[in-house]
Amino acid sequence: MMKIRGAEAVMRCLEKEGVTTLFGYPGGAIMPIYDALYDFKDTIQHVLVRHEQGAIHAAQGFARTSGKVGVCFATSGPGATNLITGLADAMIDSTPVVCVTGQVASHLLGTDAFQETDVIGISMPVTKWNIQVTKAEDIAPALAKAFYIARTGRPGPVLVDITKDAQFGMVNFIYEPCVSIRSYSIKPTINQALIQEAAELINQAKKPYLLIGQGIFLSNAERELLDFVEKSGIPVAATLLGLGAFPTEHEQYVGYLGMHGNYAPNVLTNECDVLIAVGMRFDDRVTGDVSRYAKQAKVIHIDIDKAELNKIIPAEVAIHADAKEALQLLTEAVQPRIHGQWLQQFKDLEAVEANEIVEAAIHPESEELKMAEVVHQLSELTDGKAIVVTDVGQHQMVTARYYKYTGQRNNVTSGGLGTMGFGLPAAIGAKLGNPSQTVVAIIGDGGFQMTLQELGTILQAQVDVKIMVLNNNFLGMVRQWQQLFFDRRYSFTEIVNPDFCAIAKAFSIETLKITERNELQKGLESMLQSKGAFFLEVVVQQEENVFPMIETGASVSEIRLN
Amino acid sequence: MEKIFNISVFTENRIGILNRITIIFTRRHLNIESITASESEVKGVYRYTIVVKTDEEQVKKVVGQIEKQVEVLKAFYHADEDVVHQEIALYKIPTQAFLKGETESVIREHNARILAVEEAFIIIEKTGQPKELDQLFEDLDQFDVLEFVRSGRVAISKPMKTLKTYLHELEH
Repeated sequence: MMKIRGAEAVMRCLEKEGVTTLFGYPGGAIMPIYDALYDFKDTIQHVLVRHEQGAIHAAQGFARTSGKVGVCFATSGPGATNLITGLADAMIDSTPVVCVTGQVASHLLGTDAFQETDVIGISMPVTKWNIQVTKAEDIAPALAKAFYIARTGRPGPVLVDITKDAQFGMVNFIYEPCVSIRSYSIKPTINQALIQEAAELINQAKKPYLLIGQGIFLSNAERELLDFVEKSGIPVAATLLGLGAFPTEHEQYVGYLGMHGNYAPNVLTNECDVLIAVGMRFDDRVTGDVSRYAKQAKVIHIDIDKAELNKIIPAEVAIHADAKEALQLLTEAVQPRIHGQWLQQFKDLEAVEANEIVEAAIHPESEELKMAEVVHQLSELTDGKAIVVTDVGQHQMVTARYYKYTGQRNNVTSGGLGTMGFGLPAAIGAKLGNPSQTVVAIIGDGGFQMTLQELGTILQAQVDVKIMVLNNNFLGMVRQWQQLFFDRRYSFTEIVNPDFCAIAKAFSIETLKITERNELQKGLESMLQSKGAFFLEVVVQQEENVFPMIETGASVSEIRLN
Repeated sequence: MEKIFNISVFTENRIGILNRITIIFTRRHLNIESITASESEVKGVYRYTIVVKTDEEQVKKVVGQIEKQVEVLKAFYHADEDVVHQEIALYKIPTQAFLKGETESVIREHNARILAVEEAFIIIEKTGQPKELDQLFEDLDQFDVLEFVRSGRVAISKPMKTLKTYLHELEH
């Protein structure tokens, strides 16, 4: 057997893992790997980003739309530290990502060598697993484990740090995919007795209520979810990351949960008698004040991560399980029901919200454009099927509220970490992860400026991303809070913006700026019909607030309509 | 209610795992009272004894987070009454005091041992629980204790399920 360099071993590992796309940025300590990559140009597409944060967010976007592991490369020191935000984002949002970082030669470790940083130490709290490799022969086993850990169980980010001497070292390449790790179990054995207990609670319930999260996507349980919901007759609401896992046009779908979610699903959380939570983790943005959250209800919690069970909300029945399997078993165990009256309660409150908020938001009489009408029109024009990637802030909440997700895995957003700057690079990855779909990145004027250097990536890799910046010349969400809770003291939230279209033009991207309502539909159509990337700036009302809203410390049932 | 808990963690032997465990405490602003680590009765499996003062709800969640780490085989927590625990302490006192014969009764009363005798100092060793070790320190302090060091706690739980049984379950 011919020996190859460790760097080539890295590339062959990726090939064996079926990697066809990766995102990265070269630098001194990862040069041998980039040299090896040069020989794989025809089989592996490497997207050169403009900043390592862009690489990892793109890898996240790729993972979210493709269902595969996202991969990125970065060099040591600043290259590696620039990945940290993305790692933290992927960790809290359970996104499978493998990051390969270069590291100084092993004899320089701990010497403060040029571009040396303790990336293992720094990344530990924000990775599911990480490892430093100092020998060429350890590269293949480390990467095999990395991919296995990233995609199994509750998925998450993994970092493999490879010293330069390991990249240069010679090795007999043998790739054995990782199939199990003694200390890490990927599929819990479901306790049948608990399924029976849960089914009994559900069968006896007068007002059962189902909350779904991203776990449905992650275990590919969309079909099983639909079966369960239709047999049990239970109303369903989704968390931010669970949006789209259940068809939004379905009669039993009652809306979006949480701080800026829909009225009915929040209020009635405190009225249901059995609360079933699947693949979600009771984030504080969902629960509001936990001491006044669903106290009247018996809670059934299903999650693949045992540490999530009883972490925030104590469960009457806590089922450690993969969502797909658990839903299958539950569907068999429950009796068919129709909860017409209970569902009607949701519809009644939905009508209140439609009346007080939705109508005015999507058909406003204001002179200026409103975010909600823009998203609503986009939703209509794309039939809810475009992959919608958002950044973080008001536009994100408006998108979650008004985009009617009907496609598959078409909701990409930064949920748990709330990373401004996520949108643009994630959209690049989202497009490459599912090239046949239209990808629209909806971004605020603040967040866009955090990672707009990735326009260069779009230019170079010719990525067909539709970018829509909703520009209100404010850091809108913070401004809204300042207005409501800080006496309108707008401390550093007013933002002086550049000519966005001129910037996009400089990257050879077709642009359009809209300020008037009568231009909106045509503008959106031009964007959607354009060949290749498109930049659409929509100037919206400056001081628009997103309602409903659950204030910090308030209970879900105290959600404010204005 | 806050009380002392003994957390036992069994891990694979890999660089960095201790860090992965301790940051779980740091993140929750939880102080580790003591920590010890060594290889267990199973070769290659390391055992940590971590002592914390907190309430049961918190310790339960912390153990859940520890067990979630990829290379942690198993983690448990026990209240003090469910473990047998011990610490070791070393005391360095001037040989002068020893030669005068004044220390004998103290050493005898405490059932302590003399480990080393040098020209300038002697080293006394005692194993026991913190109170006993502190008492010996106080009793010796009249002779001017030059140095005092106490180990972290080692603890073995009273329930009988063995590590090997757990490993067997994990592997099958």
